Amino acid sequence: MLLGDEALAQGALDAGISGFYGYPGTPSTEIIEYVQKSRQAEAAGVHRTWSSNEKTAAETAIGMSYAGKRTMVTMKHVGLNVAADPFMNSALTGANGGLLITVADDPSMHSSQNEQDSRYYGHFAMMPVLEPSNQQECYDMAFYGFELSEKYHMPVMIRLTTRLSHSRSGVVRRNPLPQNEMKKPDDLFQFMLLPAVARRKYKHLIEMQKDFVMEAAKSPFNSFNLDAPDSSKGIITTGLGYNYLREVFGDQPIPYPVIKICQYPVPINEIHAMYDKCDSLYFFEEGMPILEEMIKGAAFKGQKPIHGRLDGTLSRDGELNPNKVAVALGMPDTIGQDIPEVVTGRPPALCVGCPHADSYLALNEAVKDYGRGHVFSDIGCYTLGFMPPYNAINSCVDMGASITMAKGAADSGLFPAIAVIGDSTFAHSGLTGLMDCLYDKSNVVIVILDNSTTGMTGGQDYTAFGKLEQICLGLGVEKEHIRTFVPFKKNFDEMVQIFKEEIAYEGVSVVIPIRECVQTLKRKHKLEAK
Amino acid sequence: MKKDIILAGVGGQGILTIATILGQAALNRGWQLKQAEVHGMSQRGGDVQSHLRLSDGEIWSDLIPMGQADMILSVEPMEALRYLPYLHDEGWIITNSKPFKNIPNYPEEEAVYARIKAIKNHMLFDADEIAQEVKARRSMNIVVLGAAIAKLGFSRDEIEDSIKAIFARKGETIVEQNINALNAGIKL
Repeated sequence: MLLGDEALAQGALDAGISGFYGYPGTPSTEIIEYVQKSRQAEAAGVHRTWSSNEKTAAETAIGMSYAGKRTMVTMKHVGLNVAADPFMNSALTGANGGLLITVADDPSMHSSQNEQDSRYYGHFAMMPVLEPSNQQECYDMAFYGFELSEKYHMPVMIRLTTRLSHSRSGVVRRNPLPQNEMKKPDDLFQFMLLPAVARRKYKHLIEMQKDFVMEAAKSPFNSFNLDAPDSSKGIITTGLGYNYLREVFGDQPIPYPVIKICQYPVPINEIHAMYDKCDSLYFFEEGMPILEEMIKGAAFKGQKPIHGRLDGTLSRDGELNPNKVAVALGMPDTIGQDIPEVVTGRPPALCVGCPHADSYLALNEAVKDYGRGHVFSDIGCYTLGFMPPYNAINSCVDMGASITMAKGAADSGLFPAIAVIGDSTFAHSGLTGLMDCLYDKSNVVIVILDNSTTGMTGGQDYTAFGKLEQICLGLGVEKEHIRTFVPFKKNFDEMVQIFKEEIAYEGVSVVIPIRECVQTLKRKHKLEAK
Repeated sequence: MKKDIILAGVGGQGILTIATILGQAALNRGWQLKQAEVHGMSQRGGDVQSHLRLSDGEIWSDLIPMGQADMILSVEPMEALRYLPYLHDEGWIITNSKPFKNIPNYPEEEAVYARIKAIKNHMLFDADEIAQEVKARRSMNIVVLGAAIAKLGFSRDEIEDSIKAIFARKGETIVEQNINALNAGIKL
């Protein structure tokens, strides 16, 4: 029984992968976690440690592909923003060894700050995209994806969504393939994107589009059933949308023509054929209405109704489910009783005994005379410091933004300007922002909450572990303004005093509260007990 | 034959263990299974749920359609009610009555219980206390499971086999505690 994430990981292992690269991010984390625990991966010497961030991970994977081996980089959807530069350019360099870029989207924002749809990036980069609709397809698409990638010397995006990433089912495995031998690219210009070369590569990428469409038209993961009896509606599903459609009809055959898309770019001829045959079109896309927009916007003159997220037939935001699909098709909604009023929200919270809690209580005390609105924060467990009883932070935008936003606000005269960032987030995207602060001698206090792990995603290690003070020193923070303490209640007065002193210092201060995450500590104790 | 079960609780209360045990029993029958889980932010003390779908035929959706769940199986009373839109008219709510209070505005317990008792098919019992009684303090979730298995059409032997297989590597004491907890739940 494998999660969608795990099925993809196992598929890639069986398909002869040599290295996984990535940075943890819900719902993608379990891909690399699975491989880290895999004996098969260990025996085969497959690379599987975490990278500093998604950009370094993507670049490393491109390097492994350069050297002829099969590789995958994994990230969550917002991680692709960080990796956008190597991602976009990899469509021009192409691949040597098979290169899969796996991005797990989070529609409905279960654990994310937005619900951007990575298929737009795939379209933008003009790269083939595979979007599995079940765990078996996750597994099979690893094989298929590497084959496609090596056939066209082209990276391939695999787009997952939360409900598949985190749902388990049985998967049938195939005979494993051997890894590729190390082999430099035949054409040593291939990865050389000087303008003269890049222009040629871009023309080649454009030329290949018709091949990619042809591949999607005959893909085993797409289906085009236009022969159904009732042509009043034609239905186009992407990804999980297909499952919800099948669920709604249960054992009954679907009376309408149905196109299932799990490989892009979309074969437009088949959609034309459906449009000609049917009186109306329905789009069920897990994510944003990329196909609906494409079809409605460019290909047709709009004589026939096109239903989906754009006309309000489906909600414009949020993930799909079987009930939404049923209602959109004019079928009865089976929804049960309402949630009783007595039920109150139970938002996530910092764990009992969490070191961040003690740090926040001290920080609140140190800044209370300045009023609220002075603390910029970042992405991790400590973002929960926004919630009562702490109410300690005022921003959460993207990885690393705490430091640079504090700097920008300090440049505008805000005093004090304080950044609160986790240790793993600092390793991901904090260093360059700190260099900006040092270059300008900005009046900021940067608090690096060191719980010695990547907490929110379940406790992964990270690249700057045990080196935070050295890094700050090396980048040029003055030694006497790198302050550390152990965040316990009993140290409250000392903590408040340190925060106050560093707020008073006009320049760059770094305060590092150091105490291990209670979750990873608990796990360690359990292991030791065994 | 098809069983759609919503498992409910608070992050860390052990609902995924229930899913694993039921899932194993279904697999032993040669059934299909889909199990959607919550990972990430909500696991930090927030409300968590798992959609467990067991069937002798093909399962399409990873999510149970709302209004079609055969059972809400919950280790916390208020969390049981959170998924009421998923429950079928004839479906069962089987829940621990012991509240997990990690929020300042937890409602009056009696109001929660009254709402549960208003559901036609319900079982409400203090699984924490029952687990204590059979000296299996940490197996509250298995007591809840025990209360449910007959209504899901699973036999005691099937679930015991599955518990033995899953907890084997944790040692005999743990297996025994869980089987005691299971039997205490079955008796309810």
